[in-house]
Amino acid sequence: MRAKYLIGLGVILGALAYLIFGGLGQNLVYFLTPSEYLQDQGRYQNRPVRLGGLVKQGTVHYDKDKLELRFILTDGVAEVPVVHKGTPPGMFKEGQGVVVEGRFQEGIFRGTNLLVKHSEAYQAPKAGWTPEEVRKLIEEAK
Amino acid sequence: MLKVAQPDRPDALTWVFLGLGLLLLPVGLYLALSAPPDVNQGYLARIMYLHVPGAWLGYLAFFVTFLYSLLYLFRQDPRHDRVALASAEIGLVFMGLALVTGMLWARPTWGVYWTWEPRLTTTAILFAVYVGYFLLRGAIEDPELRRKAAAAVGILGFINVPISYMSVKWWRSLHQTQSIDLTTGKIHMDPAMLQALLFNLFVFTLLYLGFVRFRSLLAALEARKEEA
Repeated sequence: MRAKYLIGLGVILGALAYLIFGGLGQNLVYFLTPSEYLQDQGRYQNRPVRLGGLVKQGTVHYDKDKLELRFILTDGVAEVPVVHKGTPPGMFKEGQGVVVEGRFQEGIFRGTNLLVKHSEAYQAPKAGWTPEEVRKLIEEAK
Repeated sequence: MLKVAQPDRPDALTWVFLGLGLLLLPVGLYLALSAPPDVNQGYLARIMYLHVPGAWLGYLAFFVTFLYSLLYLFRQDPRHDRVALASAEIGLVFMGLALVTGMLWARPTWGVYWTWEPRLTTTAILFAVYVGYFLLRGAIEDPELRRKAAAAVGILGFINVPISYMSVKWWRSLHQTQSIDLTTGKIHMDPAMLQALLFNLFVFTLLYLGFVRFRSLLAALEARKEEA
């Protein structure tokens, strides 16, 4: 009786492990890097994709009147120009890791959704950061 | 976690866990609210002191369910099944807390409440599996078959816990990797924040121990009434 349970369990766990470590892992890609996209452009043409990378330093232009955000997304090898309609999220800044959902149109990646990645490291500010200073920062940002 | 005789009231240890947990909960809250803000996220990072203990308890509770489901299959003792049930229930509540606090944290930092990235997807699957655990329990009339089927789900469903935990390392994700990394032992956190987080993890664990003992007793009383 026990051996039967154990064999059954083993088979099911084995199958799950194969799914996870084998074929499934290759297909679970949350976002593409710009180089991956450029290598295989035909496959992703006119299809919504997610591109992930860093916001290149000095390339961010935000038009407040048209609510249009332009920047260059880079993975260190390839670069992609991105246009996103809407205000930049709070933690968006140059050098930040971002994931953009959207599609390519005439060589420009048109984002419909902009997600900002943040690191797993938590640091206290060097000095200050009292509630008053935070309030000031928030007011300045408006 | 189990008693030989079946008492009508929670024993002293259960009250100690519950009392200590509830007593220390405000202390944990105080530590969380006096911890320094994060350089990048400011005060938003403080959701962590609720989000991480919630997820930890979910994982821990599902592990206990896994353990007692195995025990049940080998020993066929209904008491083990009751602990598995109690733990799965608590795990579901705290995993739900982790999901909700995670969404509240994601909106101001990532920009969305939800996205189908690996950590969120695997955790949603994990949550759904344990919802299924209770659906299954409700659907089977025969007590012995119910316990066996539930044990099978409790064991097989646990595979989702390591998958959810490791998802941020195995796949490209939006969710950051572990700040207290159990696989490498590295800690990427300010000591004052770490202190507050560890204290809250400790308090939540005390509460879990109290809850699981209390809920197991309730399940035993229910079973006794059913039989009578």
